[in-house]
Amino acid sequence: MTKLQNPIKEAHEPLLKRVVRSQIFIPVVALALLVIFNLIMDPSFFSITLKQNNDGDPVLSGNLITILNNASELVILAIGMTLVTAASGGQDISVGATIAVAGSVMLRLLCGTDARADTMETSLILAFVVGCLASMLCGAFNGTLVAYFKIQPMVATLIMYTAGRSIAAWVNGNKLPVLNDPTFAVFGGFIPGIPIPTPVFIAIACMIIIALVMKFTTLRLYTQSVGINSYSSRLNGLNPAFVKFLTYVILGLCVGVAALIKVSRSAINYSTIAKDIEMDAILAVALGGNALSGGKFSMTGSIIGAYVIQFLTTTLFNFKVPSDALPAYKAVVVIILVVISAPVFRDKVSKMWKAVKGGK
Amino acid sequence: MNVTVKKGRLTKLSGLSNLSDTNLLLTITIGVFLLMYVCAVVFLGSSFLKPQTFFNLLNENAALIILSCGMSLVMITGGIDISVGGMTALVAMSCAVNLDYGGGSVGTAILLALGIGLAFGLVQGFLVAYLDIQPFIVSLAGMFFARGMTTIVNASQFNVQNEAFQAFKSIRIYVPGMGAYNRLGVYVPAYIEPGVVVALAVVILLFVLLRWSKLGRSFYAIGGNAQSANMLGINVKRTKFLAHLLCSVLAGIGGFVYFLHVGSGSPSHASGAEMNAIASSIIGGTLLTGGVGNIVGTFFGVLSLGTIKNIVSSLGLDDAWWTNITVAAMICLFLVIQSVVLMRKNKAKQ
Repeated sequence: MTKLQNPIKEAHEPLLKRVVRSQIFIPVVALALLVIFNLIMDPSFFSITLKQNNDGDPVLSGNLITILNNASELVILAIGMTLVTAASGGQDISVGATIAVAGSVMLRLLCGTDARADTMETSLILAFVVGCLASMLCGAFNGTLVAYFKIQPMVATLIMYTAGRSIAAWVNGNKLPVLNDPTFAVFGGFIPGIPIPTPVFIAIACMIIIALVMKFTTLRLYTQSVGINSYSSRLNGLNPAFVKFLTYVILGLCVGVAALIKVSRSAINYSTIAKDIEMDAILAVALGGNALSGGKFSMTGSIIGAYVIQFLTTTLFNFKVPSDALPAYKAVVVIILVVISAPVFRDKVSKMWKAVKGGK
Repeated sequence: MNVTVKKGRLTKLSGLSNLSDTNLLLTITIGVFLLMYVCAVVFLGSSFLKPQTFFNLLNENAALIILSCGMSLVMITGGIDISVGGMTALVAMSCAVNLDYGGGSVGTAILLALGIGLAFGLVQGFLVAYLDIQPFIVSLAGMFFARGMTTIVNASQFNVQNEAFQAFKSIRIYVPGMGAYNRLGVYVPAYIEPGVVVALAVVILLFVLLRWSKLGRSFYAIGGNAQSANMLGINVKRTKFLAHLLCSVLAGIGGFVYFLHVGSGSPSHASGAEMNAIASSIIGGTLLTGGVGNIVGTFFGVLSLGTIKNIVSSLGLDDAWWTNITVAAMICLFLVIQSVVLMRKNKAKQ
């Protein structure tokens, strides 16, 4: 997939081959396989019903809605993670910890000194902006280490990964504030009168924004060229260090948005909030067919990858797999997916296929 | 990144350049560790001066030393293995269940630990080396699998009651001439646990392997530049495979040493151990990009990490939060020192 292909030759390839070679082929096939698997095993998986929630509003419920709803944070993080991966050839493993920081800062501002606040102390927008600034600051810290001190991304973000949750606890003086304001709960729940969960809308908004950014700015071109060869992009007049730095700040912004959804969904707990979400986010990028060593990327692939992961999780829950044992099943599926998408494996299979054809 | 020459050459441009990257980073690590320990002795009183305090550092961290050695090995070849923490938990839980419910003996538990390590190593090594899948993703799946399997084997924590194991666990190796008199004037001999012997043996063996064996030099070669290593006639795939295999087997051994130290099985055992192992390797001067690293450095990296935790707890900041923040600050400090030193050296070379 990372091989450079002659575009003219590519256009003349048969359609089927082009589809199979396309980067989003694997995530789409994975999604399709999961859908088919569920259709055969339990068609009621797809049923969507209109129910009354606790506030008496009609809301949609069903596994599909759960998937769309719960995947929102992951999708938002996958967007930022894709950029970071593409530009710096490494991953940010601190996003879970940074979510804790941003969430803690938001609650600190919203609750003030009262640990059991019923109304918001400050305006929501201010809290959100400051929370995002906090996570962008963490991103900038990571970005500085990666871009200017030339430390490998996983190592540089290991610092925030270790310290983040402690900083989050320190922000609130080790207390766990709870905000019972219904306006705040909207972001992780439902807007009154609208039957679709709000996180879905936030995720869609993020996707639209990133699509526009990709279309109308040079961000895609710059990140890709820095990721493919940072030395030669410097010779071409780019500032590779700044591009890398910028991707980390953008990821920080994504983390801030995800943190708003997370803390609005449930009460904060510094050691468990968004735990291991960084692993899922990196997985989403990898499932999207992106090379984790940087370079060319497919944003669509990563987003579909994020939905595949949530689809898998919900499917396993539907089959009554206990949540602690879930990772084992997930690991098997992940291994199967990456083996299928490995270029070496594909080459071997296509050779065998040709041999079988030739034999006939 | 690709243009910088990673293996240091003995150029005579400045004092710094006389050391290879590996030795330079090693010197920094040992220097900082000694400085930290001396500071602890000076400012925090005599408890750090007792030999037993130092031996306890080894007793507590024996498993981590073994895990970190394996991690360094993989990192030198340019890979990474984040499944070691999960494997430690799985090994501890499997051994615990085997001893208490499976009617096993200490011997079968050791075999089980090695078997788990070997199985993980074979699969992960094959996927990384021969199918060319990114080591991060493979070992991520390995971590998920190991953590999930741990809860499938047994979902709750329990202490092992097996008597043979208890006897084995309480073996103490007394170090002659290193004891101290306690407040009552009774002589307390200093001791180490059997795990420490295993850990030290692993450190020495790996040091010899990396320094003088053909395989060890190939690890550095493929980490520095896989393509040129290939041109030199090194079997890159087999070498990568062996590195991952060795790392997982060491994780199996480390898992058993951990089990010997705690004597229980729990799904939350060794959580974050993979990150501690990576951090120790980094503090020890191993670069994630491969080609640079030293097992002795890793050993001191683990000790530095352990010392900083001891210092934090003896300062009375017993909060887990503070430990994390100081550890992070220390990693940060080391990284920046390393990065600045290497950058200046590369500049001096040009």
